[in-house]
Amino acid sequence: MEYQTLLEKIQNKHPSILVGANENCDDEIYIKSTPEKFNELCLALHEELHSPVMSMFAQDLESHFRVYCSFLGIKYKKWFFVTMDIAKDTPQFKSIAKEIYSANLFDREIKELFGIEPLGNPDTRRLRLHDEVWPNGFFPLRKNFVPPKETGTLGEYKFTKVEGDGIFEVPVGPVHAGIIGPGHFRFSVAGEPIINLEIRLGFTHRGIEKLMEGKTVEEALQISECVSGDASFAHSWALCHAIEKIYGLKIPERASYIRAILLELERMYNHVSDIGGIATDVGFSHPSALASIIKELIHQLNIQLTGHRFLKGVNMIGGVTKDIDENKKALLLNVLPIILRDFNELKQILSSSTSFLDRVDTTGMLKKKTAEDFGVLGVAGRASGIAIDLRKNAHPAYVGVDFSPQTAETGDVLARLNIRIQEFEQSANLIQKILGKMTPQSINEKSFSFKEGFALGYVEGWRGPVLYWININKERKIERCKIVDPSFRNWQGLSYAVIENIIPDFPLCNKSFNLSYAGTDL
Amino acid sequence: MSALDKILISSIKKGIVTASVDLSKIEALGLELKEMANKHFGRSFNIREMDTGSCGACEAEIIAANNPIYDVSRFGVNFVASPRHADALLVTGPVSKNMALALKKTYAAMPGPKLVITLGNCALDGGIFKGSYYTEGGVSSILPVTTHIPGCPPTPTEILRALVGLLKCFTG
Ligand code: SF4
Repeated sequence: MEYQTLLEKIQNKHPSILVGANENCDDEIYIKSTPEKFNELCLALHEELHSPVMSMFAQDLESHFRVYCSFLGIKYKKWFFVTMDIAKDTPQFKSIAKEIYSANLFDREIKELFGIEPLGNPDTRRLRLHDEVWPNGFFPLRKNFVPPKETGTLGEYKFTKVEGDGIFEVPVGPVHAGIIGPGHFRFSVAGEPIINLEIRLGFTHRGIEKLMEGKTVEEALQISECVSGDASFAHSWALCHAIEKIYGLKIPERASYIRAILLELERMYNHVSDIGGIATDVGFSHPSALASIIKELIHQLNIQLTGHRFLKGVNMIGGVTKDIDENKKALLLNVLPIILRDFNELKQILSSSTSFLDRVDTTGMLKKKTAEDFGVLGVAGRASGIAIDLRKNAHPAYVGVDFSPQTAETGDVLARLNIRIQEFEQSANLIQKILGKMTPQSINEKSFSFKEGFALGYVEGWRGPVLYWININKERKIERCKIVDPSFRNWQGLSYAVIENIIPDFPLCNKSFNLSYAGTDL
Repeated sequence: MSALDKILISSIKKGIVTASVDLSKIEALGLELKEMANKHFGRSFNIREMDTGSCGACEAEIIAANNPIYDVSRFGVNFVASPRHADALLVTGPVSKNMALALKKTYAAMPGPKLVITLGNCALDGGIFKGSYYTEGGVSSILPVTTHIPGCPPTPTEILRALVGLLKCFTG
């Protein structure tokens, strides 16, 4: 079915509802619903497109709130947004989380940031504004928000309780033993096996979405590089992508290619780091040392290409600030084979150790159905058989480069490890291919005119899809910026993957997902 | 020769392929660091790292300072799992409200004398997150800070250099 047929079907059933493309970009379809029909429309899209809720968020418009719920139509290469307006004096809507579970976290987010009640959702506990420090009744993303005068010891968070003979709880964190971000993990165990894991996050909440409001596009770009530091390139690209879509700005092909190359380098240094991390967590130190050397090599390569180990300061509206000239191209073509040779050694060490394989095989299994229900995407999703990769399915920079997403079926630590190994090699390959396609051209388009409007920027970062929905106002400032880092959705996958595993395997399972605290907490 | 030995030797032989880090400089810095750790901290300077809301890149660089290329532990600098045996608390992030209590508790758990090092621009005064409704605006609003390592994030070499600088000034 063509997507027009799908839209016609919707239109015929609900003649009063407005359906149309975003005037700035034709890959976004907006369906203006009423609160009464919102859930029915979302459900129809969810089923028709086989898409989880990609993001759901609210916006405070002067006279009312608007809620957006978006889905990805992979085969149409389109994004579908269902919207509804909610009166300010009755800030509530009927939750869809019982029908589409992947909406659940977004419900909680909307409630805590806007004070809009998702009726019928049994779990509306706060995610980031911790009950212990933040008083009731202060909603940061409302335009008339005034911060509370006092914060401090207040309420308490209610953890899910598992009760019964011989059940005990093991609380871990927020501060962990290693050099790592803060999060709280509460295990309920019966003997050795974990029967429930509740992950409580939000500890690194910095109020980024509010901070973005009122900022110029350039200031927002700088903030985006600090949302999740190990994915700073993916984040800043997603932001630029949104702004460029609003402005109707076509960036030079060369700029797109440079972005793609750097995004792949970001993927490579992170994937190899995680592969080493998995080895570390079973106490296999030699491969983990080798992996950290490879990671360091890529950071040093990043410096030589862009002047920054984490590729900050490269993305700009209209393209990139740093070229990959002939010298840098030669450097890349020289170094990549060496990196791949070292990587091959790493692979061999891991695959020739039966005791290592024994630890990762069938550990931390995430079933495809569970992953689908929670909307798990990216590496973790592909390891459980969900073949979504925005590079293939939606992103223009990869058009014409032969590429297919890596997937596995088993959903265990081994599968996530293998996906990373395959993607690492694939990225090196992609870089070489893209280098071959580059022609002499400018690396940024500086002449563009400002426009107000909104659009979704999206990039397949190394963890998964990074989404920035941005609205720019007349004053040329950010009116609303909704960020979805893949970690936000994928943590739920981890809490199900560990069930029936033993606590000593938790670090291993955790590493195999390696989700961002900062990206989730915002 | 076993397979493992072969791999080890080949890794060592390869060295660093892209020469943006001068290994001899790291050695020199490291030796200074070692001397200071020997002199003031009985051969081992123990650091407890704590994230109060960083973006994660600062942590990544601290971890990198421990990779085989920089390998700070060979110079007597160790990252420890508990504040109970730490000489210094190394703090990243602008201090999210959710982390203020944990920061105080971690500091309280350290034995004296207590050094506090902030790492990364946002730990200094909130950096790019300054003015947010949910950050405390830097570590110094909560704890007495001994020294600061600037950068977003500082590179492993910069971290080494800053540690040398700190220990040189240390007379306690
Ligand atoms: S200083 Fe920069 S790199 Fe370090 S945590 Fe803050 S934003 Fe991230």
